[in-house]
Amino acid sequence: MKQEFKIISSLINENSKILDVGCGNGELMKYILENISKNIRGLEISKKNVQECIEKGLTVIEGNAELDLGQFPAESFNYVILSQTLQAFLNPEKVLYELLRVGKKAIVTIPNFGHWKVRIDLLFKGTMPVTENLPNEWYNTPNLHMCTIKDFVTFCNQRQLKLTKSISLSGKKVSYIKKNNLNYKNLTSELGIFEIEK
Amino acid sequence: MNKIDNLKKYIVKKKLKLDCGKEISNFPLAYETFGELNEGKNNGILIFHALTGDQFPHGINPITNKEGWWNYALGPNKAIDTNKFFVISANVIGGCMGSFGPSSIDPSTNKPYGSNFPVITINDMVNAQNFLLDHFKIKKLFAVIGGSMGGMQVLQFVSNFPNKADVAIPIACTASHSAQNIALNELGRQAIMADKEWDKGKYLENGKSPSKGLAVARMAAHITYLSKKGLQEKFGRKLQERDALKFGFDADFQIESYLRYQGSVFVDRFDANSYLYITRAMDYFDLTKQFDGNLSDAFKGSKTKFFIISFTSDWLYPTSENREIVIALNAIGADVGFIEITSDKGHDSFLLDVPDFLNSVKNFLNNSYKNIHEARI
Repeated sequence: MKQEFKIISSLINENSKILDVGCGNGELMKYILENISKNIRGLEISKKNVQECIEKGLTVIEGNAELDLGQFPAESFNYVILSQTLQAFLNPEKVLYELLRVGKKAIVTIPNFGHWKVRIDLLFKGTMPVTENLPNEWYNTPNLHMCTIKDFVTFCNQRQLKLTKSISLSGKKVSYIKKNNLNYKNLTSELGIFEIEK
Repeated sequence: MNKIDNLKKYIVKKKLKLDCGKEISNFPLAYETFGELNEGKNNGILIFHALTGDQFPHGINPITNKEGWWNYALGPNKAIDTNKFFVISANVIGGCMGSFGPSSIDPSTNKPYGSNFPVITINDMVNAQNFLLDHFKIKKLFAVIGGSMGGMQVLQFVSNFPNKADVAIPIACTASHSAQNIALNELGRQAIMADKEWDKGKYLENGKSPSKGLAVARMAAHITYLSKKGLQEKFGRKLQERDALKFGFDADFQIESYLRYQGSVFVDRFDANSYLYITRAMDYFDLTKQFDGNLSDAFKGSKTKFFIISFTSDWLYPTSENREIVIALNAIGADVGFIEITSDKGHDSFLLDVPDFLNSVKNFLNNSYKNIHEARI
């Protein structure tokens, strides 16, 4: 399983109620279902992925996070997970608030546009970055709102959203993001993993 | 009639109070079963048929000699696997395949009930079929499944009996018949009642048959089961056994000929009064209203796991209406999954060979059964 999913799973308490928004083919959900909590469901936009989730025996609703989160009552989940999707929404701010309405806590991961490889692509090659976490070209990327870890931390701070856990992932290397290492982690992290509360 | 008399039936001795206020008892429910009930009696599936269906989803219907209406989905190793599950399928009350319906004989007159048959509802149908569970001594079903009107029965069943099914699969249906649905049904009813042979519903006792009206009703309904794209691809403007238009009102186009054929074969197997009564039951179906405008309340307290399925090209019970059910279930934190299957085959998709649909049902049933009944550690 992806290192990212291992970290997300480690943040979740046993038997809590979980919604995985943009659950993809259900890999993370299946792990959580088998190891942490039976009370998990997914929301997924791709029909093919929904089929794969059903094959795995997962509860999944075909739908669009930007339109369909509204149907869940406030705080109906302990955790709402959003893995590497925030940047693909038309209105990420609205979605983030919806996550925090539906869930007591949100776990959001973002591909870091501040990573040094990304900066080098732009600085030296002068081209839009293509990396492992950002595999698409500028013309076919689903990512509308790329941000850096620093951007995201600032965004949450400005809105007084509490970042109860901030984790950096670089390759297999896991470390905490703190106030005093933010600039450094913004350069070295491929992925930021955040646990957020209102 | 003799052939119908010979069908397998369960006589419901108990009294059933209908929504219209009348009470019935000692009435027949024609049914079939497929597969074997296991020792733990936990592999039972009750399937509900659509408007013109019957108790023969699988195998050959002995009355029509045609293949069962759900042969693609139900049978050994199929999506609803009869090697694994025990499937019960009953003809709805109001129907014409042996269950208590308008063509049944009224003992007080020794004539068919005809228009004297009580108006029945989806709720009545479901309550009647629930008696079958007593007959098989099944306390809890594994699944209730149905498409179209069958899906409405699934919703009503779970609402009436919140913990009598582990899982529920309502397919291509709605929680509340729309104005468009009612309008289309009314068109069919008016076609039947405008046929002089209908004879105010007394055609059976008077040796008549409103087959023209019933055929028109079926033709109109059949169009609603298909999609524009499906029709265009299958028929387009192709001509029927002719090279040029004949400048008349014969079936110049293949689509006309096809619809006429569909109408003509339908009248051989279906009773016009049943068509009136069952479409009425669908029109009266409004689960939301039954719960004072809050559909969620219909499912409150139910531990049933739902899987709702719609089809992209179904304009009769479109995805949006199926989604209303998902939304209502999510609002109370019920266990609900949902998928919209891509298909050009319209509302009829659930009866046809649509692999994505069949695979979803198969995977959902098998995984759910495993999780609920086999994975006890």
